[in-house]
Amino acid sequence: MYALYATLGIPLFGALLQAAVGHRSFAREINVALSAATFLAACVLTERIVTQGPQFAWDQAFFIDPLNVFLVTLTAFVGLTTAIFSRPYMAIEAEHGKMTPPRLRLYHSMYQLFNCTMLLALTTNNMGLLWVAMEAATLATVLLVSVYRTAASLEAAWKYFILCGVGIAQALFGTVLLFMAAEKVLGAEGGALLWTNLDAVKTQLDPAIITLAFAFLFIGYGTKVGLVPLHNWLPDAHAEGPTPVSAVLSGLLLNVALYALLRCKVLTDGALQTPLASRLMMGFGLLSVLTAAFFLLRQKDVKRMFAYSSIEHMGLMTFAFGVGGPVANFAGLLHMTVHSLIKSAIFFAVGHATQRAGTQIMADIRGLMKASPLLGWSMMLGALAILGMPPFGVFASEFLILTTAMREQPWATPFLLLALGVAFGAVFMRVQEMVFGSTNLPAGGTAHTAPAHLPVYAHLGLGLMLGIYIPPYLDAWYRQAAAMMGG
Amino acid sequence: MQGMFGQLINLFASVLLLLSFAMLAQRRVVTLIDLFMLQGATLVAATTVVGVVTHQPHLYLSAALTLLLKVALIPWLLHRVIRQLNVRWDVETLINIPTTLLLGIVLVIFAFNLALPISQLSSSVARGTLGIALAGVLLSFLMMITRSKAVSQVIGFLSMENCLFFAATSATYGMPLVVELGIALDVLVGILILGVFMFQLRERFDSLDIRHIEKLKED
Repeated sequence: MYALYATLGIPLFGALLQAAVGHRSFAREINVALSAATFLAACVLTERIVTQGPQFAWDQAFFIDPLNVFLVTLTAFVGLTTAIFSRPYMAIEAEHGKMTPPRLRLYHSMYQLFNCTMLLALTTNNMGLLWVAMEAATLATVLLVSVYRTAASLEAAWKYFILCGVGIAQALFGTVLLFMAAEKVLGAEGGALLWTNLDAVKTQLDPAIITLAFAFLFIGYGTKVGLVPLHNWLPDAHAEGPTPVSAVLSGLLLNVALYALLRCKVLTDGALQTPLASRLMMGFGLLSVLTAAFFLLRQKDVKRMFAYSSIEHMGLMTFAFGVGGPVANFAGLLHMTVHSLIKSAIFFAVGHATQRAGTQIMADIRGLMKASPLLGWSMMLGALAILGMPPFGVFASEFLILTTAMREQPWATPFLLLALGVAFGAVFMRVQEMVFGSTNLPAGGTAHTAPAHLPVYAHLGLGLMLGIYIPPYLDAWYRQAAAMMGG
Repeated sequence: MQGMFGQLINLFASVLLLLSFAMLAQRRVVTLIDLFMLQGATLVAATTVVGVVTHQPHLYLSAALTLLLKVALIPWLLHRVIRQLNVRWDVETLINIPTTLLLGIVLVIFAFNLALPISQLSSSVARGTLGIALAGVLLSFLMMITRSKAVSQVIGFLSMENCLFFAATSATYGMPLVVELGIALDVLVGILILGVFMFQLRERFDSLDIRHIEKLKED
């Protein structure tokens, strides 16, 4: 499993390397190179899992199965494209004086460390280490959010730290309870926290303990997913940090938190034989979709608006996994993929637009299409894609979620339709105002800081492809993962 | 012999609960740090006793780690920070102590009720104390909500971590070593980041009062 060790080792090494050279002018290229190497290693790993099936590594400490392997690839891919996007972005920020050399070093080092913790959380087999990696990811991103040291960014980072710290502490209590239940069946040896062992004996776990454990795990990881009412940290952290950080927060961190929740749900379903976990996930998922949709209406800051859109989509995925069954799980996984791709593409476009306009207030950004057609189109297409317009992938997954909901949970359909409609109106109106009309933006930057359009269109292209055609191996993969989650 | 150790653990658990209440009632930042140190010391004692009873060597290691981190290093760091920031004699003025304590009692009753059916299933010698650990977590939570000073919020956060560790020892025989090490590392890095943060907050706002800092709207 050298591919796995490389996937985890390269970003860790990268964090140390960037701590030494991150302030140099070539650090941005090194950042891209490191992320590219990580992505390559992840591809090799994926290829091995696809051909040889689920595998352990390091004496059961790591476990790769269909559920996490596609998230590993996705994480490494978005990590790479965000690094490509951040190369010109950070150069411009440095020109504007917002990023000083020490801040750049911190940014580059923490960026790699964040990737490392995400990949560790995805691949570890130990529920305790999963928690440790999630907490470490919080710590790494706290520093990234506050990197500009403005009053608002410090406040956002403080809120993020305290809220997520408290939230994730509840998940630790849940993990302790889970261990307590497992210990009775598996003995006090270290193996009692390994997910594969827990999965094997899940029907024998004590239902009383597991009920309480899931409640705490749900609060804990749910905070990180951004579920209402514990979502307050999310818009602030997205809006006040550098845009590449917003892209990885939405594209990766929320996914990984949801992944942790899914692992816990599989165990809980097995132990309880009641739909407790499903009901909790459906209820809070729906609440998040609705609340976020109405909050979307009153946003003035473009990054805050798309942060609320992330809450909405995470709620939709949580709802889908709560409904359960092969189709809804399939749709949830597909939605995880396309949301991650499209939302990070939007943040790339937003990043370039706000840099050009010098503001994040939507009323002050006008006529993107005139100022730069490539930028205008990426913004417009990204917004249409995230709003669920065919033929993009979000349409396919939302369509599947809606039709399954109609069949299995008809009561939820009107709420979902209402929320999706409101979200469409709110986002479309704002984006169309920003994109069309006469421009108020200054002329473009110099050639060597030309914005990176490649990541945006690569993501949009993949999102488009998933809406029209899902490659057979990907399809088989989703099906396996969906079947594994049962429900 | 077993009975005596059981009594000892119950004693330490009640001391832990008492200290949680003392923290809830304490207005002075500097005294809060001392209380936090005492809480850490109680945790070390409780972990050691469970270690002696169950002959689990990794519990000694866990106790040593707690001693090093939560009794020595973190209080020392916190003292240093408040000295440098000149907030040593800061007093929380806007909290109603009696009401907070009453709320705390309600939380304890709630925690005991929640933990009662579960603690009977535990195989640890310290099973009766799971309720206390949960109560401690909730009390720390309450403390974080009611305080407006950044340092007090951080101490509430650390106290919550202490109670979680106590929960791990009382519900089971402590988490596997690799997990415990990972958690300790996270706590240490977390506190270092928070320390740096407090200096940045101070530089930016001339205050460590969270009420002065909250400007971002709730929309």
